[in-house]
Amino acid sequence: MGKNLFQKVWDAHTVGTLADGRTQLFIGTHLIHEVTSPQAFGMLRDLGLKVKFPQRTFATVDHIVPTVDQDAPQDPLAAEMMQALRKNADDFGVTYFDLASGKQGIVHVVGPEQGITQPGTTIACGDSHTATHGAFGAIAFGIGTTQVRDVLASQTLALEALKVRRIEVNGNLRPGVYAKDVILHIIRLLGAKGGIGYAYEYAGDVFDRMSMEERMTVCNMSIEGGARCGYVNPDAKTVAYLKGRPYVDMSDFDATATRWLSFASDADAKFDDIVRINAADIEPTVTWGISPDHGISISESIPDPAKAASAQDKASIDEALAYMKLPAGTPIKGVKIDVAFIGSCTNGRISDFREVAKYIQGHRVAAGVKAIAVPGSQIVAIQCEQEGIPEIFRAAGFEWRGAGCSMCLAMNPDKLVGDQLCASSSNRNFKGRQGSPTGRTVLMSPVMVAAAAINGSIADAREVFDLQQAAVA
Amino acid sequence: MPLDPVTQVSGRAVFIPGADIDTDRIIPARFMKCVTFDGLGEFAFYDVRFNSETGEKTDHPLNDPRFEGASILLAGVNFGCGSSREHAPQSLKKYGFNGVVAESFAEIFFGNSTTLAMPCVIATAADIAALRDAVENDPATIITIDVDGLRVRSSSGLDFPVTMPDSARDALVSGRWDPIQELLDNDSAIESKARELHYV
Repeated sequence: MGKNLFQKVWDAHTVGTLADGRTQLFIGTHLIHEVTSPQAFGMLRDLGLKVKFPQRTFATVDHIVPTVDQDAPQDPLAAEMMQALRKNADDFGVTYFDLASGKQGIVHVVGPEQGITQPGTTIACGDSHTATHGAFGAIAFGIGTTQVRDVLASQTLALEALKVRRIEVNGNLRPGVYAKDVILHIIRLLGAKGGIGYAYEYAGDVFDRMSMEERMTVCNMSIEGGARCGYVNPDAKTVAYLKGRPYVDMSDFDATATRWLSFASDADAKFDDIVRINAADIEPTVTWGISPDHGISISESIPDPAKAASAQDKASIDEALAYMKLPAGTPIKGVKIDVAFIGSCTNGRISDFREVAKYIQGHRVAAGVKAIAVPGSQIVAIQCEQEGIPEIFRAAGFEWRGAGCSMCLAMNPDKLVGDQLCASSSNRNFKGRQGSPTGRTVLMSPVMVAAAAINGSIADAREVFDLQQAAVA
Repeated sequence: MPLDPVTQVSGRAVFIPGADIDTDRIIPARFMKCVTFDGLGEFAFYDVRFNSETGEKTDHPLNDPRFEGASILLAGVNFGCGSSREHAPQSLKKYGFNGVVAESFAEIFFGNSTTLAMPCVIATAADIAALRDAVENDPATIITIDVDGLRVRSSSGLDFPVTMPDSARDALVSGRWDPIQELLDNDSAIESKARELHYV
């Protein structure tokens, strides 16, 4: 019986078994940022410990950086966190992609673009969207701050192995259906807690055809489906993406590529569960509630609690609709928006901005809508500039900002105000997620955000733009 | 340095209704602008405890004087989902909670809580409803999470089995809930694994 990728990577990184039965797993790559690392460095100092492998530890600043006037945060708490990361990186000898480096950005955008993210490796970060790196065939997952300390001090973690659920999506996506719709659809089907205890393997010809960026969008939201990590098996596209990137050893690249590909799940690999989805069933998908599994297609209506399957479902719908201030049983299409946000570790990559730029020329953001576009990294921003993308966004009425997490979680000045409703390319529609305790989030693909921005209300991008070419070629 | 075993925790309890209570709800992101975990307790569930416009207290269970001082939290499915922020269990501990009984937990939250010696045990919806009714009827009811025996009991006479992964139970009852020393002790195995891996 063959092995799946998760088992291969897990076995290759197992240091031993701990007294409580957990595995001591070697973490080959540790990514850190300013929000979840300062306490971990504090614990290290208290214990008199060093960073075990500083050369395998990479830092950047993303959550709290302003996207306007980035070098001078007005917020003294934000400035203190940035100073702490600077000092910790210096004191412990950790590579730091800071604002002056030209390589700063959201940690899950920076890792892949530097070639730090590689197949067959283990990657941990004090951030639940670390599964993004699974797009490369890495086992990558989020950890808490005490675990950040564990990795800093020992380069290992105490963990239990996960089961593996293979999610196969086969067939052709319809025009106007994007990677974001695929993952929102999967989460809708399997639920926000469906992945607890599992790693998700995304397989089938839809993922085979996706670009690395699209695969990252899918893997990124594994945690929204309850799965701590998700991955796509490495293939020729993975190798081509990584070739020549700064942290890829090019001295014997063929051997490296062969080793990378050897981690892919074997044809006769065993899985704990298999789910099959028909690509043609996936529509442009948006959320209506306060959990990422509150998804519907753009042509559907907001659920009616009177038609709920159970008392528990009814209570859940009632709570969500009361918060969202949306009428039950009416179409989601046409719901007025106040803010449009394109960016985040889910959809802040070059391909996202290129795709939107293709369609917004000649259009204009509706009056009264604040639309912001935030590149995921400084390198993405530079690529966009080279291609004239910021001008296209500005001409359409978007504000073009500096790199960071921005309004995905609103730890910087980019926040919703009051109960503003935001069409957002980010990953979470939790209560208060975008910085206002009563702010409302509707998740969707970047092109759908652009359509909503232009219409002033939630819209079907296929009707607003000419989307006859298949999104995933 | 041996840690204190956590074989059981007990105290008065409060039920927080709702499925999929995420860590943004437990500790809103703006309170994470800090370089220590000190002082997070007062911000636990802040945005659902206080009206954002008036600043007044809401009808959230944590504002109910009957449940003041509760140290056991009762919840529904997928408690602690979303962000990996350890600030969430840190804020609950600092608020005064010593244990959580829920229908299910998000994994990262569960692991973070175990490492902080705050046991999270899984019970059926019916058993949690019985606990909720017991504390609603008499907020002085004492709930005990027996980590060693994997049962939850109440002073009102409830007694039922709960579950948690063997490794977490073992880590808590044997005083190994913080694994750092054991991880460090295996340094030679770590070094040899590093040499084995091509990319390290």
